[in-house]
Amino acid sequence: MSRPLMSCREFSEFLDRYVEGELGDVERLEFERHLAACPACVAYLESYRRTTRLARALGASDALPGVPDELVAAVLASRRNA
Amino acid sequence: MASRASGPAPEQDEALLLDRMRSGDEAAFAEFVRRHGGRLLAVARRMLRSEEDANDAVQDAFLSAFRALPEFAGDSRLSTWLHRIAVNACLMKLRTRRRKPEGPIDELLPTFHEDGHATNPAVAWREDAEAMLGRERTRSLVREAIDRLPEGHRTILVLRDVEELDTEETAKLLGLSTSAVKTRLHRARQALRTLLDPHFREDDR
Ligand SMILES: [Zn+2]
Repeated sequence: MSRPLMSCREFSEFLDRYVEGELGDVERLEFERHLAACPACVAYLESYRRTTRLARALGASDALPGVPDELVAAVLASRRNA
Repeated sequence: MASRASGPAPEQDEALLLDRMRSGDEAAFAEFVRRHGGRLLAVARRMLRSEEDANDAVQDAFLSAFRALPEFAGDSRLSTWLHRIAVNACLMKLRTRRRKPEGPIDELLPTFHEDGHATNPAVAWREDAEAMLGRERTRSLVREAIDRLPEGHRTILVLRDVEELDTEETAKLLGLSTSAVKTRLHRARQALRTLLDPHFREDDR
């Protein structure tokens, strides 16, 4: 009897290890076998990856705020008092 | 003071400024804060939810940097060194601030039927989700979703995905094992995905 397909629950639970490339060949193939048969997990994987990308983009594309004069003054003052 | 186009090369310029600071030149400290304050403020605003806390953390970060200046060897990049100091100052702030009780993350994680199938099977996201990030409305949407994560998970997601520290560094800063960081990061990403899903799913046009 061939191994039953992994469940969507297992897929979701260990998804990060698949995404980070931390799985061995056998496990990775099981993930891919599941993906080939399950459109919902394909959609889940894709949106999971894009969630990370959106968070990264948020950090990378932040406009640099100006430095308020009060902040400069406060830093210098607390340095003198330190 | 505006820098001249014909001035010294940036690294040389930076080394000169550090030397002036080491000799206690007050104007050099002001120049240093003006130069790097914007980037540190951006980090602090991403990590902390209040502007007041962000300002405090930036001040603390600069004071730590000034204290550590004699040991700054110049073998790591100054911007990387300062980024780490700022992250540390923000973590201190998060620790000392009165915390609201940690909400459970479970209700933001995917749920499954007895047979292992998802109770709400995922739907594809619209193609232009990332492009939408150019719009301020979308950026604040992602920011607000991150802010809705329970504090412990939020911190890990911000350190790993927004500030792009690696797992080891994150684990060290938080006093956690790397496997605990990985598990929490995975849950945090799943929870963030749940929160973003209604805004980005394909059938929601
Ligand atoms: Zn599935």
